[in-house]
Formats: sequence, structure tokens, C-alpha cells
Amino acid sequence: MAKILIPKESIESLIKLDEKGLDKLALFGTPVENITNSEVELEISANRPDLLSTQGLIRSLSLYLGKNIKKYSIKKSATSRIIVDKSVKSSRPYTRCAIIKDLKLNDTLMKQIVLLQEKLHNSIGKNRKQLAIGIYPLEKIKFPITYTAKAPKEISFQPLGSNKQMNALQIIEKHPSGKEYGHLLSKESKYPIFIDANKSILSMPPIINSEQTGRVTTSTKELFVECSGNNPYLLEKTINIIVTALADMGGTIHETIIEDEKKESSPKLEWEKMKFDPDYLEKITGINLKESEIQKCLEKMGHIYKNKSVLVAPWRTDILHQIDIVEDIMIAHGYDKIIPILPKISTIAQEDELEKFKETLIELLIGQSASQIMTPHLITAEEAKKMKVSHTISVESSKSEFTILRPNLLIPMLRTLAHNTDTEYPQKIFELGKVFTRDDSEECGIREDEFLCFALTPGNVTEAKQLAEYTIRMLNLQSSLKERKEEGFIDGRTATLLVNEQEIGHIGEMHPNTLNDWRLKMPLSIVTININSLFNLIYPK
Amino acid sequence: MDSLYETLSPIEIKILPYLSHPLSKIIEKSGLDEVSVMRALKFLENKSVISLEIKKNVKIELGVNGVQYKKTELPERTLLSFLEKKKSIGLSEVQKHIKLSDNELKSAIGALRRKDLILIEKEKIILNAKKEELSKKFPEEIFIEQLPLDKEKLTQEQKYIAEILEKRKDIIEYVEDKEITIKTTEKVAILLKNKDNSNEKLIENVTPEIIRENQRNSRFRKYDLIAPVPKIWGGKKHSVQIEIERAKKIWLELGFSEITGKLIDSSFWIFDALFTAQNHPVREMQDTFYIKQMHASLPKEKIVNDVKKAHEQGVQDSKGWGYSWSPEEAKKVVLRTHTTSLSARALSELKSSDLPIKLFAIGKAFRNETIDWSHGIEFFQTEGIVADENANFPQLLGFLREFYKKMGFNKIRFRPSFFPYTEPSVEIDVFHEGKQKWLELGGAGMFRPEVTFPLLGKSTPVLAWGQGLDRIIMDKYKIQDLRELYANDLKKMRNYPVIA
Repeated sequence: MAKILIPKESIESLIKLDEKGLDKLALFGTPVENITNSEVELEISANRPDLLSTQGLIRSLSLYLGKNIKKYSIKKSATSRIIVDKSVKSSRPYTRCAIIKDLKLNDTLMKQIVLLQEKLHNSIGKNRKQLAIGIYPLEKIKFPITYTAKAPKEISFQPLGSNKQMNALQIIEKHPSGKEYGHLLSKESKYPIFIDANKSILSMPPIINSEQTGRVTTSTKELFVECSGNNPYLLEKTINIIVTALADMGGTIHETIIEDEKKESSPKLEWEKMKFDPDYLEKITGINLKESEIQKCLEKMGHIYKNKSVLVAPWRTDILHQIDIVEDIMIAHGYDKIIPILPKISTIAQEDELEKFKETLIELLIGQSASQIMTPHLITAEEAKKMKVSHTISVESSKSEFTILRPNLLIPMLRTLAHNTDTEYPQKIFELGKVFTRDDSEECGIREDEFLCFALTPGNVTEAKQLAEYTIRMLNLQSSLKERKEEGFIDGRTATLLVNEQEIGHIGEMHPNTLNDWRLKMPLSIVTININSLFNLIYPK
Repeated sequence: MDSLYETLSPIEIKILPYLSHPLSKIIEKSGLDEVSVMRALKFLENKSVISLEIKKNVKIELGVNGVQYKKTELPERTLLSFLEKKKSIGLSEVQKHIKLSDNELKSAIGALRRKDLILIEKEKIILNAKKEELSKKFPEEIFIEQLPLDKEKLTQEQKYIAEILEKRKDIIEYVEDKEITIKTTEKVAILLKNKDNSNEKLIENVTPEIIRENQRNSRFRKYDLIAPVPKIWGGKKHSVQIEIERAKKIWLELGFSEITGKLIDSSFWIFDALFTAQNHPVREMQDTFYIKQMHASLPKEKIVNDVKKAHEQGVQDSKGWGYSWSPEEAKKVVLRTHTTSLSARALSELKSSDLPIKLFAIGKAFRNETIDWSHGIEFFQTEGIVADENANFPQLLGFLREFYKKMGFNKIRFRPSFFPYTEPSVEIDVFHEGKQKWLELGGAGMFRPEVTFPLLGKSTPVLAWGQGLDRIIMDKYKIQDLRELYANDLKKMRNYPVIA
């Protein structure tokens, strides 16, 4: 979710910022986050990059509030050619460009252009991975421009904000933009560049413009805009978003010719035609709107309605299917005007049997005055080491110390007891939860088992046995024990818990060595039970 | 019999005759220990039979070493007597001749130097005292003989000596001493009269014998029910468990059936089947926990191909995202970022004859976060879906209104929102009465055709909504710090109410 700041007077010229106005903005899908003396902060959802500039937002909001907007036209020009060389096909194969003239820039507008570029990079550009945008003063450039790729050592220019010429490798290593975005080119043997008829390098996308040709100032009146990346459809839409915003600042839009496999004019500002069926609208929304109402709703969202089809506003990137048109009509109609109804579907509810069984176990243990705890599913590397866990399953790049999927509930239990040594004893606690083991027969290579872990402190193995036997007895089963060895427990006081000869758990008295490792001062007995095994014994499949 | 008398416990009755005596006498005469006498006095004070005036004062008494020195002599006296004969001695030699510990020798030298009775020169102790000074008692010796003393009543000089001695090991110690004055009221006399007149014993604890020998007019001692009793606690469900069960009940009341599933799943079910493009930011490692070195197997080919098609070129007249979909990316194994993966799997298993169907899930979801007061790496989520050929958007709002009403939110509003897998999408704001403002509580929508078609084989409308539970629980239990919810602090947990 992106946030943008819009000058307060721009919004207030359209809508009063009282309670009703704020509701209206929320119902348009751009709720107000904050209002300061001079600016209004709005939340923009990820599907609407066209609203990421003051101009784009004001345009769409004007339409939504029933106001007319100006029409955009493109001036022809056969000379502004951009030649796309085959060498870029392996990295960032496409570009779309445009020229803007007659601009009168000031500091505010300059700032807005930079912000729009940045916000588009972060949203639709997926941090420049999907596409990158370059904006240049037109006067510094001589057409035709070539979009080509060269070996990094052959690329040398003065990057924006630097005072000396550098080659591409130096830029990636030393320039702040190079450091941040260099990884996007790390797999490429050749780096893409825009280079003009004077052989001066305009930029190396998606990293940086050149200082000589890439610095726009308030005295700049004409701009060359380029957008490069791997998705021609999105590049076209992005250029549309930029040129309409610049036209709303007072500029005029001029054509460029992209000479790729075929010649194409850019920008096109095309009103894409999409099939639209009013019956579908009624099926999805349950609302029967007249065609004239549909037309009015669509106009409020910037689209045009023409005999069962919709011409989609050129700056919209999010209309993939007529379901998206349906949503736009609902927004224009007003979510607040839709009357909620409850259908008369008769369905019979069914709880999950295992979940029900878990609740039964919880009831049993609470009846034994034990309290339930809930701990995270991840443990720390230090904890795993302490309990000599081998074959750990780890997560990638955790931002916290929790990095390993818990192999048992004993580790979180010991951690919990260690956190509570200043709480009055006796302590009787239990947890129900999932533990993880490697298992190649599983879809994801990991088995998940529901376990129960019960701890009594101070407690001995007799008490553990009593609790285990009681629990099994209450489930109308009989248990037996078989002595075994277990890491962390006292030999001769540790046993496997069996039901019908099948291993379903374990009881034991914790060894003082382990207790000392966890700084526990009280004797501790433990019962663990595999709930899945127990459940399958009671309810065989 | 006076009803006040019936409330007296045996220990109160025992000390009743001796209330005019000082404490030590009461202990002696009643035959009770000091603790019992004090408790009895407190009980009587609570009943306004007496009032207690407790004066605390601090006394200075001899410490362990002090007792010893009083019997023999102070270390500085030992050293001085020795020097009287020897006149001087090497520092390292002293302990060969007189029995002083290192500590004692140090203090003895310190004390004598302060009084200017010795000099230290070239590692030697040299006597510097006049004859008459040798026989004169030190103020410290006089002070020790005078003990015990009230700290409050010390003279200026005594104070000075006390300050010097308290720095030395265990010569003196401060003992807090309580002086209790009992002021009786006229009630004592009445109670005593009662005591004399009653030959009948009031029943204390009811025992099997007492029940057996019970008579119609037995008299029981009245207990003080106002007095505080020690706290107890019992076994309890975790607060989150209580709220999960509450949420589950709501779903069941609305006729939804429960679905469950794995916490770990393939990216395919968590993202791809839900039309979340493979370059969507939510799939980046900095937000999502991927499991190291694991690769999942993908479901049957038809679903995989349809999902691939939905992403690349679209299905059902959709344009799709227009990129090349990678099965390798879909095989990445993830700690699920939402429970919607369960809904996706459930839809893929439905037959036409199962419709209409209403399903819900409650479970943990995970996020790779830096942990702080408002961010955790795990949280509980709940969600439901309705799959029905006749389902539509007003019905979604209808279900949402009922669901949130049952969750305790009567005032709600709907506004547009965006999720990759639903369209139309809606955000639910609920009005928080306490905070008097709208809170964003959950997201909802109808699954996109790009989701339903590959999973169901047709674009049956599916209503879906979900929300995090942790925030609601925190608000309910007035917990400010998210970490507290799963900290398992037994002290706090023992005191959480089960109804908030």
C-alpha cells in the first residue's frame, strides 16, 4: 500500500475535507491517512499506480465527482526515432518513449516529477526489476537514440550526481544507485544503455542517468521520457501514466518512433477495448442497472461505454478482465449504496474431527489444573544446539533470531519454564502444537505432527506416569510403558508411552544437567504425546 | 451471648484476659508464640476491640565480633599492648607475635594511626604514645560497654563512634525494635464477661465427629469473612485459545464447515493458485519465510497448466499478467503467509455436487518481520469462503455484516480495496466504541475468475473474507505489546480473566 501527499488546496478545490468528504474519499478507494496544514496524505492501493501523482489523483477524483477533464492529443513527429538493438533482447528487451514540450516547471512540479518516477519504480516497476524510467532535458539530446547493450568495460560516462567519468563496473561498485540496483544486472554479460546520435550515453537502465544529459532543472521546457523493461504492455501503460501527468502540468505530448522488429509510435494513449456484458454485471452484483446508468458510472471512472464494450482509460493498468470493470462500476455506484443481503443457502456446519479431539485433550488437562501455553513455531539456533538437535530445518534470511522449525515442543517448553523461574511453584503447563520433521514422502518434504507436551515442576516421573495414564484411560484406552534412553532425561526414569503396542509418546524426568543448561532450579517431569497417532488409534481411517 | 464474642477465634479468646499487659507478658501468660499473639492482636484491632500503637525504633547492639571483643579486647588494644613492650616492629612481622587476622590488623593499625598513637615508617610500626595514653580506655571500648543503645538517643560523640564502628566487620549492628502499646476499649470488659459466662464451647472446624454429634442448637464461631485470604489459581486455556474457540463458534453458527491444513506449503498454493504474480513484492524473501533447500512437488498437471495460463495469458477472457510463469518459483516451500492457501486447496478438491458450500479456517500465518511491540512473526488468521452459482456481492456484504456483528462489532462500513486474488474487493472498517474511531479490520472480496477457473474448472462465484485475530484479542484483553500475547508469562496468565 503506497501513500502520497497531495497539496491541500488541490483536493479542497474539488471536495470539502469534512466528515462527508472524508467518507467520499474512502468510498473512492483512497482513504485519508493524515491531514497537515498544507498537505493531505492518501492511501493508494497497489493496483492503481495511475493515482501516484497529484495530477493523476486529481484527474480521476474530478471524474469520480462528475467533473469533465481535458482531452489528450499527441503531436506527430517522424524524426524522433529510437532504434532498439538486438543486443538488449537478453536483458531488458523493450522500451517505450515520449517527448513533452511547452512545460513551465517550478520547484513544486520538479519535486512532483521526481516523486512520481520514484513511486512508479517502487510499485509497477517492482523496484526497477520490471521496469525503469528515465527523464532527460530534450535540448541535450540528438536523435536518433539507440537502445543497445554493451560489455560493462566499454560503457563509460559521468553518472548523475558524480563529478567524474566512470565505467559501468565502477558505477555498480561506487555510485549509490549502482550499489542499490546493481544486482539487477548481475547476471548480464552486457549492460543496456541509451545512447544518442552524438554518441553520448544518456543512461544505463535500470541504474542511473548521465550527468550531462540527465539533469532536469526548472528552466527545462522540453523533456524526453523513456521507460525500459521486460513487459511491453506495462511499459506502454507506464508511459501513458507519465505523459498524462506531465500534460496535466501544462505540457504537450509529442510522438516518438520506436524502431524495434517493427516500427511503432509511442506513446499511443490507446483506449483499449474490452468486451462487457451487462448480464455479467448483474450476476456478480445482483444489481440491475440501466445502460445509461452503466455509462454514467463508467465515465465517472474515466472509461467510455460503447455498445456492450468498454474503452478503458489509457492510464489504467489494472483492467485485466471484465470483473475489474464490474468493480469500477460498483465504486462509481457507491459501496455504501449496496444493500447487504443474506442468501437462503442451507448448509450444515461440520467441525474438523482432529480439532475437536484437541479441544477434548485441552479440557482433560485443564481438569488437572494445568494451564495452556502457546509458543512460536520457530526456535533459535542456540536452543537447537543446546538440545543437540540434528537435521534442523531452517528458514531463509530470518530478520529475528528465530531461524529453525521446532522439532519438538520440549524446547519451547523449557524456554517458557526458564522465563518463569520467578513465578510461584508448582507450575503445571502444557502446549498443543505442530512439530516438524524432514520426510521426503511429503509434498513439501516436511512432515507436520500435532503434539502435546505437558510439564510439571517440581515433578517426578511417577507424577508424569500418573498424568499419562489418566489421559489415556479417559480416552477409553490402555497404556503401557517401556524403558528407553532419551537425550536430556535421567536414565531409568524415561520411558516410551505405548497404546495397543504402538508408540504414541514419552514420559520422563529431566536430567539436572539439562535443567542447569536452561537455568531451571526445580525438578521437572515431562509427558509428550503424538496427537495424530492417538487420534488415528481412536478413529481408524 | 454477644454476637461479637462469637466471632472471636480461639487465640483471640486466649489473650483476652491479658490485654492490659505488655506484649512479652501476653506471650508468657497465654502460652502462645509471638506470631500467634500478634495475629490475635491484629484480629482484635480489626474488630475495634483494641487499638494498637506500634512504635518502631532502631537499637544498636553488639555484632558477632563485638560480643567477642567485649569479652576479650579490641584488636587495636592487642596491638598497642604488644607495642608497649616492643616499641616497634616490622609490618610483616606483627602476625608472628600476636594473633590477629589480616582484616583485624588493618583496622587496628588504622584505629591507632587515627589516634596518633603509632607511626608507620619504612615498613615498621613505631609506638608514638605517651605513658598515660597507654592506660586510658578508648572511646570505642566505652561505647561497646554501653550497648545496647537507642539510635535516636545517641550523643554527638556516640554517633561519631558508631559511624566508625559500623564500617568495621560485625562489631555493632542495627536492630529494628517494635514497641507495641495496646489501648483497650470498653468492649474488652464485655467480651471477658461473655467468656466467663460461656461454658459452651463454640464450634471451630466442622469435622465428621461434629457432624455425628450435632445438636439442633450447636453454636458455631463466626468467621471474619471480610479478611483477605491467600489467592488460588487453576488450570486455564490460553487467552488466544479462548478467542479461537469463540471465533470458531461464530463460523459454525453461520453454517460454515471447518478446513485445516499444513503450515508449510508450496508457493504454488500460497501465491500462484491465488493469482499472485511471481514478481509480486509479497513473494520476496524479506517479507516471507522460505524454507531452505526444500522443493515441493506440484499438483496434477491440469491445475498447474491452468494456473500457468491464468498468469501468462489469462483464462476466461482475462489478459493475465503477461509474463513467463516459472514452475521452479512455484515449487519454493514457504511458511504460509495466509490461511487462504487452505481455501485454494479446498476449492481444487470440490465437485459440482458439493456446491453450494461454506467453509472456514482458523490458523497461524507467518511473516518475516523484525519483532517489536506491534510486529510478530506469527499471527492467527481466520477466513471463510462461500462457493455458490448464485453468490453475489450484496451477499458478501450480508455475510460480513452478520460475521462482524457476532464478533461484537455492530457498526461497520465497507469501502473499496485491492487484493491480487479478489475482485470486487472490499475493506471492512469497524467502529471502535472505546476509541471512537474507525479501525481497519479485515479484507474481503469475490475470488477472481483467474483463481476460480483453474481450481474449479468453471468461474463459480466464490465469496471470501478473512482477518487477523491477534489485534482483536489484544484490544479485548487490553494488551499493548503484541509480544505479551505469546510470552507465556505465567504470573500474568494466571490473572487474565476468561471473559474480557
